[in-house]
Amino acid sequence: MKKSVIKVLIFCLLLTPIWVSAAKKDEVNWNYVLKKQYFRGQTIIESDDIIEIEVPYRAEDPALVPIKIISKIKQTSQNYIKKILVLVDNNPMPFVGEFKFTPLSGQADLAMRIRVNSYSYIRVIAETSEGKLYMTKKFVKASGGCSAPIGNDLDAAMKRLGKMKFKFDKHRQAGKPLQTQLLISHPNITGMQMDQVTRFVKKSHFIKQFKVTFNGQSVLKAKVDIAISADPNFRFYFLPEQGGELKAEFTDTSCESAVSRKVCSKGKRYSISQIMTD
Amino acid sequence: MQLKILVWLSLVFSPSLMALPALSVVEVEQGIYVHFGQHQFPNKTNHGAIANIGFIIGEQCVAVIDTGGNPEQGYALKKAIEKITDTPVCYVINTHVHPDHIYGNIAFKQPNVKFIGHKNLARAMATRSHYYIDKAAEQLDVHLLAKDIIAPTKEVKRQLMIDLGNRKLMLTAHPTAHTDNDLSVLDKKTNSVWLSDLLFVKHIPVLDGSLKGWLKVLNQLEQHDYKTVIPGHGAVVRDWPKSMQPEKQYLERLLIEIRAMLAKGQFIEQAIEQVGYSEKSKWLLFDKYHKRNVTSAFAELEWED
Repeated sequence: MKKSVIKVLIFCLLLTPIWVSAAKKDEVNWNYVLKKQYFRGQTIIESDDIIEIEVPYRAEDPALVPIKIISKIKQTSQNYIKKILVLVDNNPMPFVGEFKFTPLSGQADLAMRIRVNSYSYIRVIAETSEGKLYMTKKFVKASGGCSAPIGNDLDAAMKRLGKMKFKFDKHRQAGKPLQTQLLISHPNITGMQMDQVTRFVKKSHFIKQFKVTFNGQSVLKAKVDIAISADPNFRFYFLPEQGGELKAEFTDTSCESAVSRKVCSKGKRYSISQIMTD
Repeated sequence: MQLKILVWLSLVFSPSLMALPALSVVEVEQGIYVHFGQHQFPNKTNHGAIANIGFIIGEQCVAVIDTGGNPEQGYALKKAIEKITDTPVCYVINTHVHPDHIYGNIAFKQPNVKFIGHKNLARAMATRSHYYIDKAAEQLDVHLLAKDIIAPTKEVKRQLMIDLGNRKLMLTAHPTAHTDNDLSVLDKKTNSVWLSDLLFVKHIPVLDGSLKGWLKVLNQLEQHDYKTVIPGHGAVVRDWPKSMQPEKQYLERLLIEIRAMLAKGQFIEQAIEQVGYSEKSKWLLFDKYHKRNVTSAFAELEWED
C-alpha cells in the first residue's frame, strides 16, 4: 500500500516538469503570438464573471468537440456582449471564429462543434459594448484512436451541401430569449490532406461567414474557419418580441492552402428563412 | 564492460536490430491464417498492434489481409507467412483506413505486390494520414513517413474477384458503414468471409462512418450463410449470424435512443451523457469509444426528417 503511494508520488514528480513546461509554452505562445496577432496593445482581463466556457474533459471525437459559451450578463441596449472570439491554441489554424451579438440576441450564449487537433487550450475572449475585453479558457485533451478531425462520410456531406434548418426550444416564453439551433450541411473541408500519399488533391472548402437576422435586424453575425466541424451547428438565442421572419445566410469559400487565406475563391451564398408567429 | 552495456542498450532500444519473431497465427480454415489481436486501446506499449490481421494461401499466390498496427508487426506477419509457405505474396488487401490495419503496409511493398482497397480508401488515406502520422509518433511511439502508408494500386468500386490459384476471393466494397471505405473478403472455397471491422466481437463497435449505413450492411450480411466469419476484433465466428447480434443490438440501441432525444429537442451534450449506457456491461473498451460513437451517430441522425 505504502509502496504504491510512493510509486504514484514518484510518477507525479516525474510528470510535473513536463506539465509545467507545456503550460508555460502555451502561455508564451498566447502572450507572444496569438495575443499580439488579435489584440495588439489591448488589455484583457482573465475572468469567468462575464463569460464561461464548457468543454468536455476529453475530446472523444476530435472531429466534433461540442463547446458551450455561457454569458453572465444580460444583453441590454446599455451594456451587452458585442463580440466573442474563439481560438484553439494548438490547432494548425487557431482561429475558430468571431461572433457578433446585439441586444436583440437576448443572451450572448453560443454552442457549437469544433475540431481540436491535439491537447490544447480553448480560449474565448469577449468584448463588451463598453469595449472591455474578458478572457476565459479551458484545456481539452484530444483523444487517441482512429478518428481524425475530419468528417466520416464525405460523400453524404457533399450531397447535402447547402441544406439548412432551424430548430427551436419547444418551451417558448413571451419576453424571454428563445434558444435556437441552426444546422448547416457543409463538409467544411480543411484542405489538410497529405497529397504525396495518393496525389489526391482537395482544397480547403469551408463556410467563411454566416449571419442570422430577425425582421432584418442582426441577431448573430460570424466569421468562421476550418476549425468548425463538418455540418456546422450553432445554438444561440434571440428575442422574438413579436412575429416575423428569422433568416440565416452563409457564404463559403475555397482556399489554395489549408492555413493561409491569401488565395481564396469567392464561394457561394446560401440562405434559409422561417416565419415565426406570435 | 561499458561496451557491453552500450550493445545491450542499442538492442533494447532499436527493435529493428533484433531478429523479429514471426507473428503468431492460427489456421481457422484450410489455408486461412489469422493473428488475433488483444482487446486493448492503441498505446505506446502495444504500438497499435491490436487488430486481427492475417493471410489466405492459394496455389500460386498469398493474399495478405491487413498488415498491422506498425511496420514491425507487418514484418513479423511477413515472417509468419514465410515460415508456413513458399508461395509468394501477390496481394495486400486493406480492409479500411484505420491505423491498426494499414500501418504494416510498408513491410510488403514490392514491385510485384498489388495493394487493393475500397474506391474511397485512397481519399481517406490522403485526408487522414497527415493527422495519423503525427498521432502515431505522439500516442503509439510508432514513427511513420507518408511513404509508409501505401495507397491501393487496385481499387474496388463494387466487387472484384481475384484468383490465388485454385482459390477465388470475392472482394466487396461496401457503402458507408464502419467507415466510408470498408472492404470484405469472401473465400469461396471454404465459404468464409473476412469482415474485418464490419464485425466487432466483445470489443465495442467503433463507429467512424454511418450508423444507419452500418445497420443496413449488417442486415444484408445476415442473410448469408457463412461457415466461418473473421471479425476485425474478437474471436473467429462459427455460428453466423448469432455472434453478430450483440453488435447489431448496440447499434440499434444508439439509433432508437438518439432518435428519441432528437424528437424531444435535446442536444448532443445530453446525448453523450445519456444514450446507450445499458450496453456498458456487454462490451470491452466501452469507456474508450462509446461517447465518440454517440457523438458521431447524433451528428448523422439530426439530419433525418
